[in-house]
Amino acid sequence: MMKALAMPSRVAADGDRTRQGVVMLLLLAVILFAACLLSLGVGPTGVGLRDLWTYATGNSASLSTQDRVILEAVRLPRTALGLLVGAGLAVSGAMMQGLFRNPLADPGIVGVTSGAGLAAVAAIVLGNGILAPVAMVLGNQFLPLMAFFGGLFNTWALYIIATRDGRTSTTTLILSGIAIGALSAALMGLMIVMADDRQLRDITFWNLGSLGGATFGRVLSILPFIGAVMVIMPFVARGLDALVLGDAAAFHMGIPVQRLKKIVIVAVAAACGSTVAVAGSIGFIGIVVPHLLRLVMGPSHRFLLPGSALAGGALLLIADSVARTVAAPAELPIGVITALFGAPVFLFLLLGKNGITMRDMP
Amino acid sequence: MISAEHVTVARSGRNLLDNVGLDLEPGKFTVVIGPNGAGKSTLMKVISGEMKPDAGFVSYHGTSVDLCRPVELAKRRAVLPQATQLAFPFTALEIVRMGAVAQGALNPTEQARQALSRVGLRGFESRPYPSLSGGEQQRVQFARALAQVPQPVVDGMPRALFLDEPTASLDLGHQISVLEIARDFANAGGIVLAILHDLNLAAEFADHLVVLNHGRVVAEGACLETVSDEIIANVYGIAGAVGRLPAAHIPYVLPQSRHR
Repeated sequence: MMKALAMPSRVAADGDRTRQGVVMLLLLAVILFAACLLSLGVGPTGVGLRDLWTYATGNSASLSTQDRVILEAVRLPRTALGLLVGAGLAVSGAMMQGLFRNPLADPGIVGVTSGAGLAAVAAIVLGNGILAPVAMVLGNQFLPLMAFFGGLFNTWALYIIATRDGRTSTTTLILSGIAIGALSAALMGLMIVMADDRQLRDITFWNLGSLGGATFGRVLSILPFIGAVMVIMPFVARGLDALVLGDAAAFHMGIPVQRLKKIVIVAVAAACGSTVAVAGSIGFIGIVVPHLLRLVMGPSHRFLLPGSALAGGALLLIADSVARTVAAPAELPIGVITALFGAPVFLFLLLGKNGITMRDMP
Repeated sequence: MISAEHVTVARSGRNLLDNVGLDLEPGKFTVVIGPNGAGKSTLMKVISGEMKPDAGFVSYHGTSVDLCRPVELAKRRAVLPQATQLAFPFTALEIVRMGAVAQGALNPTEQARQALSRVGLRGFESRPYPSLSGGEQQRVQFARALAQVPQPVVDGMPRALFLDEPTASLDLGHQISVLEIARDFANAGGIVLAILHDLNLAAEFADHLVVLNHGRVVAEGACLETVSDEIIANVYGIAGAVGRLPAAHIPYVLPQSRHR
């Protein structure tokens, strides 16, 4: 799949990539479906694709109770969670790159993930202390909401620091992102010092970046965030396209630029923060997926955003299937897999002639 | 008619625009000239609705620009900015189509194709914008503006084209072509406002010439009245240059419209 995706795009001679985009979306939907089957049918226990078929065709009575439980209570929520997390990470990356007009903007690289992580750790450590009343009221949504606000704060701060007169310089963006990320990490360190043993276990588990321990509760807790982002995608796509020409040109073409930016910042924080809350920090999905998709379907957000959702979900499910099987019965943290695969791809993209060139960086 | 009245813009204690008034009439090609820092681009930003003036106001056919939503403004006027760079490889067609979409075209792709062939870029549809030369990029942007206001007049209401240094990176032939398209737009009843640096081009195409200096309108009217030795000397500091031929051993080529 990687090789096919990394091929440079062939633009139709008439310059119109609409059909190309539609075909790619259909293809990605098929890939995502296959990835779901893979995720449901692979694991350290003997339950496989054949049992899945038996289950899906309504003959679940012929499966043992244990196999049924594995499918229903373990694999199904994990697949659903992987789908949502992958889609959220990839879409938040694509939106952020559009917002900053910069192919290098990624929530992981510029500290948004750290902000969400800091807030999540604060939620764990202070959830029984000063934040206890808030935690009581919000219940299951406490952690994702905290992470959302943490991500929102860092995205906003980054935007204000790195953007002058509507232009974002790559250098300022990356450097201020690093500083904001480091500050968040330092504060997270302080939180960890304050944590007791049980909280430390929670933090460590969460910090590894994993889909392990997926439950329907977690799926339901991030579903509204990811769902909301998916719903607004078509409404921001045209604006993000116009924004590529600059704030002024976008305004000239009828885009309410400030409102668009606010919506996108909130959407990035929602997608990124909620995934961090349930799965820890999983890197590189947000930068590699949109970048590969731009190569095959062009940069238009009409196709890039839904394409990122489909491809991000598929990629994360495949990575998770690998994480569960290569060292079975042990499980690798999925963040390790995505970094092992994503970092080299990213570097390759930087080097390649179809990749990001100095010319692209104002 | 688009009017700016008593427009003042102050930045860091300096008046970029000082009580500027300007009427853009349908059917007229208005050109603003002036030295660097005279406030030409600022004036265009205020008139296009992009920048709010500190004092004064701008109205489109009697409606204050503040009351127009961006979507409505986009249908009334298109703006050609100075050089635009992109971080993402959109094709020429995709860029121009954005203009057509902003206008609410039923078939934006077809409209974009027509605009591209109008600026002489037929066959460039699939070229990635970042791979085009500076002049070609400028013409793609011009096509985008044209696709946004394809008809100079719609239901009796004139549309406007604002061009900020449209000829900046173009060769002589394309400078003329671009301005001829703009003049046709004005002749068909549209409103055209262009910022130009080349006084010869300005004199060739302007129906109404506005000379801006230090944020003030120092002269306006027909070219014969405004491009005078006195004004050019005052504004640009070059005396006695109007109508003077270069020394005999220097050839000179003045930009001139092909059909006049």
